Amino acid sequence: MNAQTLISLGRSLLPVLLRRGGQALAVGVLVGMLSFLMMRWLPGDFAYRIAAGRYGYDLVSAEAAEAVRRELALDAPWYVALAGWWQQLLAFDLGNSLVIGTPVVDEIRHQLGHTLMLAGAALGLSLLIGLPLGVAAGLRPGGWADRLGLLVSVGLRAFPPFLLGLLMVIVFAGADLPAAGHGEAANLFLPALTLALGLAAGSSRIVREAIRNVLASEHYAFAQTKGLPLSLAVWRHALRNMALPVVAYLGVQLAFVIEGVVILETLFAWPGIGHAMVHAVFWRDVPMIQGTCLMLALCFVMLNALVDLLCLALDPRHR
Amino acid sequence: MVDVFLPRRRALLLGLGALPLAACRPGSETLTQGEIDGQTLRLVGPWEITGLDPSRAGYLFSRTEISETLVDLDDHGHYVAGLSSEWSVSADRRRWRFRLRPGARFHDGSPVSGTAVRQALEYARVKPGGLGMVPIERIEAGEFTVDLHLRQIFEPLPAVLAHSSTQILAPDCYGASGSVRRIIGSGPYKLSLLEAPQRFAAEVAETWDGPAPAIRRLHYLAVGRGESRALMAESGQADVVYGLDPASWQRLRGNPRLQVQAVHLPRTIYLKLNAGHPLLARREVREAISLAIDRAGIARAVLRDESAAASQLLPPVLPDWHDPALAPLATDLARAGQLLDGLGWARGADGIRRDGQGERLALKLQTFPDRPELPVVAAAIQEQMRQLGIAVEVAIGNSSDIPAGHRNGTLQMALGARNYANIPDPSLTLSQDFAGQDSDWGAMGWSDPDLATGLLSLQGAAGERARVAVRRQVTATLQAELPVIPVAWNRLVAAVQPRLAGFSLDPFERSYRISRMRWQS
Repeated sequence: MNAQTLISLGRSLLPVLLRRGGQALAVGVLVGMLSFLMMRWLPGDFAYRIAAGRYGYDLVSAEAAEAVRRELALDAPWYVALAGWWQQLLAFDLGNSLVIGTPVVDEIRHQLGHTLMLAGAALGLSLLIGLPLGVAAGLRPGGWADRLGLLVSVGLRAFPPFLLGLLMVIVFAGADLPAAGHGEAANLFLPALTLALGLAAGSSRIVREAIRNVLASEHYAFAQTKGLPLSLAVWRHALRNMALPVVAYLGVQLAFVIEGVVILETLFAWPGIGHAMVHAVFWRDVPMIQGTCLMLALCFVMLNALVDLLCLALDPRHR
Repeated sequence: MVDVFLPRRRALLLGLGALPLAACRPGSETLTQGEIDGQTLRLVGPWEITGLDPSRAGYLFSRTEISETLVDLDDHGHYVAGLSSEWSVSADRRRWRFRLRPGARFHDGSPVSGTAVRQALEYARVKPGGLGMVPIERIEAGEFTVDLHLRQIFEPLPAVLAHSSTQILAPDCYGASGSVRRIIGSGPYKLSLLEAPQRFAAEVAETWDGPAPAIRRLHYLAVGRGESRALMAESGQADVVYGLDPASWQRLRGNPRLQVQAVHLPRTIYLKLNAGHPLLARREVREAISLAIDRAGIARAVLRDESAAASQLLPPVLPDWHDPALAPLATDLARAGQLLDGLGWARGADGIRRDGQGERLALKLQTFPDRPELPVVAAAIQEQMRQLGIAVEVAIGNSSDIPAGHRNGTLQMALGARNYANIPDPSLTLSQDFAGQDSDWGAMGWSDPDLATGLLSLQGAAGERARVAVRRQVTATLQAELPVIPVAWNRLVAAVQPRLAGFSLDPFERSYRISRMRWQS
C-alpha cells in the first residue's frame, strides 16, 4: 500500500469517523440526561420503588423505603445526583445498580453479549429470508412472488413484535422448541426468528426494489447483450449495485432491532440489555437505566458507522 | 498492492456474512460452569435474583438448600432443628441458647461457629425481614453456641429464626456495611454459577454432613411470564415449573406427560380499605362491599379453583387460626344494596349512588401486576361494586404504591395478596397489620384495642389455652369488623416431569425439598 492510497483512504474514512464520533458524544450526553430526567419526572416515590424492587411485594414497607432513602441519599436535589453521575462517567464508572447492588458495567458486559448474539442472529436470519424473497420478487415485478411478498411483508410489518413473538411461541411449542430461557443454542431460535421476520419484511422489499432498478439499468442490459448467462450477469453486474441500498437500509433497521430486542428479551426471558432495561425502569434503578440506554445508543451509532463504512467500501464513487 | 477499499465480491459477501457471526459470541465466560446435563434438576420459577442479601432474594438460596436457617419447619409447620440442633430457654424466658449442629461447615470448609452466626444475625437485625421486630438486647457467641438476650419475652423467636432473612452465611460473604458479595452457605448444595437476575446453578457440597442427596446438580432459571413458564413445562425444558397461572394450570392438568401439583398457601387476596375515608368509615359500607363481592365467581372464573373463595381471612392451611365454625363471608347483592339504602345513599341517573351531601360514590382501587391474577380480580371487583352502585377506578401500578399511599393517607382501596405466614408464626404479620399504626399492608384508619392487646399478648408467655382463645377472638373480630375484606386464598401450583420422584410442595414456601427428590429409575 503506497502513501497515496493511505492518504485517500484517510480522506474517505475521516469524515465518517469524525461525524459518527461526534454523534456518539452527543447521543451519550443526551441519553444520559434524558433517561435521568424522565425517571425524575415519573410519578411515584423513588425510595418506595427501589425498595419494592429489592425486597419484593411481601417485604416492601415504609421502613424499608426510608432505609433505602437514607442509604442512597435520595433526598439530595436532582442536579447533585446528575452531577454525581457525570463525575462517575468521566472516570469511566457507570455506578452500581440500586436494586441488585452490583456494578452496572459488570451487568452490561454480561448482557451486551446476549443482546448482540440475538441481534446478530436475527440480522443474519433476516438476510437469509429476505434476500431470496426479494430477488425472486425483483426478477419478475408484478409476478405472483412479488405480490405475495408484498402481502406477507405488510402483514408481518404490521404485527407488533410482542404479538408475533407470542404467536411463534404458540406455533412452535408443539415442535419441542424451547419457549423461553437461555443457556442452550436452541433458545436463540424463536426470539431471533421473530425479530428476523419483521426485519425480512422490510429488507425483502428493498432488495426487490434494488434488483428491479439494477435490471432496468444500462450496464446490466449491456452485460446481457454481450451474452453473459443470467446467473453470471446477476453475480458480476447486479449484486454489488443492489447491495448498496440493502446495506444502507440495515442502518435504518437497527432502530427496529433495538425496539424488538427490548420487547422480545422480556417475552423470551433472554438475559440481554433490553430485559435489564425493562426491569430497571420498573424498579427506578436509575444508574442501570442510564447505563443500558447509553450502551444501546452507542451501539446504534457504532453500527451505523459500520454501515457507512460498508457503503463506502461498496460504492467507489464516494471515495 | 492490497487496497482495502477494493474488496473482491467474495470478500465483500464474506464480510457481510461475518457481521452477524461476529456478533454471535456470548459475553459470558461462565456458561460452561452452569452447563446442564441429563442429571441436572432444571427448576423454573417467577422469582428473580434481585440481590444476594438474605433480605432480598436470599429466599431462593434457602429454598434450594444452599443456605440454612437456625430453625427449620417440618411438613406440619412445627419447629425442628436446622443449623441449630437444639435450643433452650432460660427460666425468665429472656435468654435463648441455640446449640449449633456439630460438624456443620460452610462451603468454604470453615466450621459454622458461634461468631459467624452472631455476625450474620447482627447484619439481619438492621435489614428488612423479621429480626428487626425482635426486642434483642445483645447476641453472645460461644464456640458452637449463640445466646440471644431479649429485653422482653418474645415467644415467636423460633419463627423469626426460621425466616430466610435470618439465614446464616459465612463471614467471608459480607462486604463493608454488611452488603452480601457472595453466597457461601452450609446446606447440602453449594452455589456453582450465579448470573443475576436470571439464573444460578448449584451442586452437592462435599462439606455437607447429612445424608447425601440423590439429585447432584440443580439449575434455577427465573422466567417472568406465566405463559412462557407453562410452555417450558410442556416442551420438557424444565423438570419443575413453579407458579403456574390459573389458565395454564387448567390446561396442564389435562396433560398426560406432566404431573401437576397444587398446595394451598397461607396467602390471601384481600381488599385493603381506608376506613379513615369519609365513604368507607362506616362498618355497614365495608359489609356492603364484602356482600357485593362474588367470591365463588372470582374463584371459578379468574382463579379456576372453586376452593379458592375465601370464607374468612386466614385459610385452612393455618389450622390454629382458621375457624371452620365461623359463618362464611356471603355474597348477597340485595342485602348489600339495602345497607347502602339504609344510609340514604340512593342511585343517581348513572346507576352510581350519592351520599347524603350529593357526593358521588367513586373510589380508586390500587393494585399491582407482580401477581398476575391481581389486576384481573380487581376488574371483577370493579364490576361487582358497580352493580352495588359504587364507581371504582382501577389503578395498576407498583406494589410500593400501597405502603406509600398508606403513609401519606391518599390510599382509598387496594387489592393485595398477603402471606400471613411469611414468618411462619402468623401472629407477627397479624400484629403488624392490625395491632399498630404502621400497618402498611393491613388496616387503615381502623383499630380495635382488644384485638391489639390480644395479638401482642401472643408474643408474651401466655399459656396455650389463653393463646387458643386469643386466636379465636382475633379471627372473629376480623370477620365481623372487616378492616380488610378477604377475597380469595392463593395456591402454589407446580408442573413436574414424571422422571422426577419424591416431589412435594411446601405450603410455607421455605424449601423446594430438592434433597428429598430422586430420578425415577
